[in-house]
Amino acid sequence: MNSKIIVDNLNFYYGNMKVLNSIDISFYENSITALIGPSGCGKTSFLRILNRLNDTVSNVKVEGNIVLDGTDIYKDMDPITLRKKVGMVFQKPNPFPMSIYDNVAYGPRVHGIKKKNELNEIVERSLKSAFLWDEVKDRLNKSALSLSGGQQQRLCIARALAVEPKVILMDEPTSALDPIATSKIEDLITTLKENYTVIIVTHSMQQAARISDYTAFFLLGKLVEHEKTKYIFESPRDKRTKDYITGMFG
Amino acid sequence: MTKSNWQEKLNEKLFLISALISIILVFSITLFIFIKGVPAIKEIGLKSFILGAKWKPGNGQYGILPMILGSIYVTIGACIIGVPIGVFTAIYLSEMANKKVVDFLRKVVELLAGIPSVVFGFFGLVTIVPIIDKIFGGGGNSLLASSIILGIMILPTIISISEASMRSVPKEYKEGALALGSTHLDSIFKVILPSASSGIFASIVLALGRAIGETMAIILVSGNTPLIPHSAFDRVRTLTSNIAIEMGYAYGLHQESLFATGVILFVFIMLINGVFIAFSRKVGEANDR
Amino acid sequence: MTDKSLQLTGKSLQRNQINIKSLKEKFIKGLIYFSVFLTFGIVLWILVHIVFNGFVKANKMNILSGDESILPILMNTFYIVVLAVFISTPIGIWTAIYLNEYAGKSKLVHLIRFAIQSLAGIPSIIFGLFGMIVFVVGLNLNWSILSGALTLSIMILPIIIKTTEEALKTVPLSIREGSLALGASKLRTIKGVVIPSALPGIIISIILSIGRIVGETAAVYLTAGMVPRLAGSPLESGRTLSVHLYILAKEGVSFESAYFTATILVIFILFVNMISNKLAKKYNKKLKGN
Repeated sequence: MNSKIIVDNLNFYYGNMKVLNSIDISFYENSITALIGPSGCGKTSFLRILNRLNDTVSNVKVEGNIVLDGTDIYKDMDPITLRKKVGMVFQKPNPFPMSIYDNVAYGPRVHGIKKKNELNEIVERSLKSAFLWDEVKDRLNKSALSLSGGQQQRLCIARALAVEPKVILMDEPTSALDPIATSKIEDLITTLKENYTVIIVTHSMQQAARISDYTAFFLLGKLVEHEKTKYIFESPRDKRTKDYITGMFG
Repeated sequence: MTKSNWQEKLNEKLFLISALISIILVFSITLFIFIKGVPAIKEIGLKSFILGAKWKPGNGQYGILPMILGSIYVTIGACIIGVPIGVFTAIYLSEMANKKVVDFLRKVVELLAGIPSVVFGFFGLVTIVPIIDKIFGGGGNSLLASSIILGIMILPTIISISEASMRSVPKEYKEGALALGSTHLDSIFKVILPSASSGIFASIVLALGRAIGETMAIILVSGNTPLIPHSAFDRVRTLTSNIAIEMGYAYGLHQESLFATGVILFVFIMLINGVFIAFSRKVGEANDR
Repeated sequence: MTDKSLQLTGKSLQRNQINIKSLKEKFIKGLIYFSVFLTFGIVLWILVHIVFNGFVKANKMNILSGDESILPILMNTFYIVVLAVFISTPIGIWTAIYLNEYAGKSKLVHLIRFAIQSLAGIPSIIFGLFGMIVFVVGLNLNWSILSGALTLSIMILPIIIKTTEEALKTVPLSIREGSLALGASKLRTIKGVVIPSALPGIIISIILSIGRIVGETAAVYLTAGMVPRLAGSPLESGRTLSVHLYILAKEGVSFESAYFTATILVIFILFVNMISNKLAKKYNKKLKGN
């Protein structure tokens, strides 16, 4: 199995506070890894390190090596190139206040694609991959804000797919959605691994069990256990993981 | 990549330079007004300029005491009329009215704030001035007419800022007062007004600045005689009108003395603005805490 | 005196106090209602008086097409508005972008904010003097539409900066991060999503400053002059609506024209307020819907 991202001895500071403590983890190609743990354990911070979105926050410091396809993302890559390769879907759907079409075309346009037919093709392909095409193909010029919450989130996924990333980061992408919209998105995520490496932060243990291949359990800024999801849920090695999974805390 | 980096830097510089323009403007406005005005003050003599009671440019007499006093009187008059009405209206808006009425009245106040000053002046000229003339005689162009028009003009400033500061008084204060058995009105005057007093004061200071800087409305209703007024029915000329009225035909020392009038006005404004900015900063800090 | 009668006088004293108190309350309440009535009444009075005399009673034909035609003056006003907005808007928006997107909390930023606040507090006659010294005489632009527009563009700068900055502040972080996460640079994010999201607010800032320009008299009077003809070029003098009203009122030539001009001004301001309110409402809804 190929490692897509290798994290080696990562420390992360917010001001004087050490938020993440010597994290070593690998993410495998064409797999879904779920990051679980109680709130405040550092999993969201960790996700935002992987596309350097924390760079925009002042007062933070990252130590260690993170390598994507053989290139260190902090030392040998600029954030723009990185973010083109590593897309992100946020906790709350955040469509831009513009048309559905323009939302999806935003990324390709940023990266220099101007030809109309090329853009049309990307928009259609991305919306199809996000299971949204049939619902919106007749109203691509309508405002994205007119969509329902679940549709908005799928639009955001389509928007991320449009720049053809290698990795997709998801930060609790279904926490603001109802169960039906959630199950649609979960179905969508499981199809994504055919072409992408997916890393998803989730609060829901059931969700992690349902969709992920690997699960990493974070506690108090440390990576406690990282294993195949099956093993984590059936026979965790660490007692803390077991306690968390069986609902002893969190 | 380097190209887009370069663009980023260039744009950031452009934004910064735009932001610096405001500083340059304030600095150069101050500088030019003083450069043009100070020589005249030197020539006339500071004392005889600001304490001289006679303004007769034809005779070489440049005393602007009447205008200084005129500006001060008119501004005080405007406050006597505008502050109580404004503060009471603000009390109604923040404490007594229901939401629909508030929305409507706010729009009315907004409209009042938008009406051009020359329209106020014209309105005063065709309504207030004749009414004063009819009741008290003397033509109607007067300190009183000016104060009434200015009093109306400062209402929006006082109402909106006072209302906002009353609204920001925590609900618990009021509820606390009500729980102790005081009436609604009691709670307004003993709890809300004192807690909002700094905001109300700030609104008055801001209104002072508006009033003392107002020009066109005043010219149309004040009579513009450059003499120290002795009653509310006397004609009056302010610093601002002195500049606007005579700038059209003045030249030489006369023109310079008008710029010098601008210097004195500017000093007044800077004092008032200084108080306001210092004050609102203090209020802001108190709110942050 | 017995204890009982003492008690009685005590009670009636108390009752008297309560009566005085409730009387005082009634009086103050009366004052409050009277003040509200005055505020509302004055606005109504101004509107009705001016619109009635200017629109219902005045001979409109003469004012629109005759010797006293107001059309050239309307055009002058339009020119000055366009020029001043054209000069001031980019600077104002760029300043707001700097302050909200780039600036931290340095001394310089404090100074910039102080300068903007000061600009907002300077009376228009001072701007007029400055415009006269610098544009009319210094740059030898004479009394002209251009001098007036340059002077006004300084006056409206604080309005544009402040309103635009407010609008930029309301753009949620989530949208900014959404753009950054797609690999857009900071500048691209500002241009691509922040400004489009804040656009209604920016338009409001321009509308408000147009209102300010049209209503301004003192500064224009000292810089654009008062020639009652259509300015053939930006370097010619021409009076605006407000200056026109001022001169008509001051010289008492034609009160009919004056009323009509005042009516146009008042209706224009009504219009400005209406549009900006509508926009603001729509905008708030959109943001809440998000």
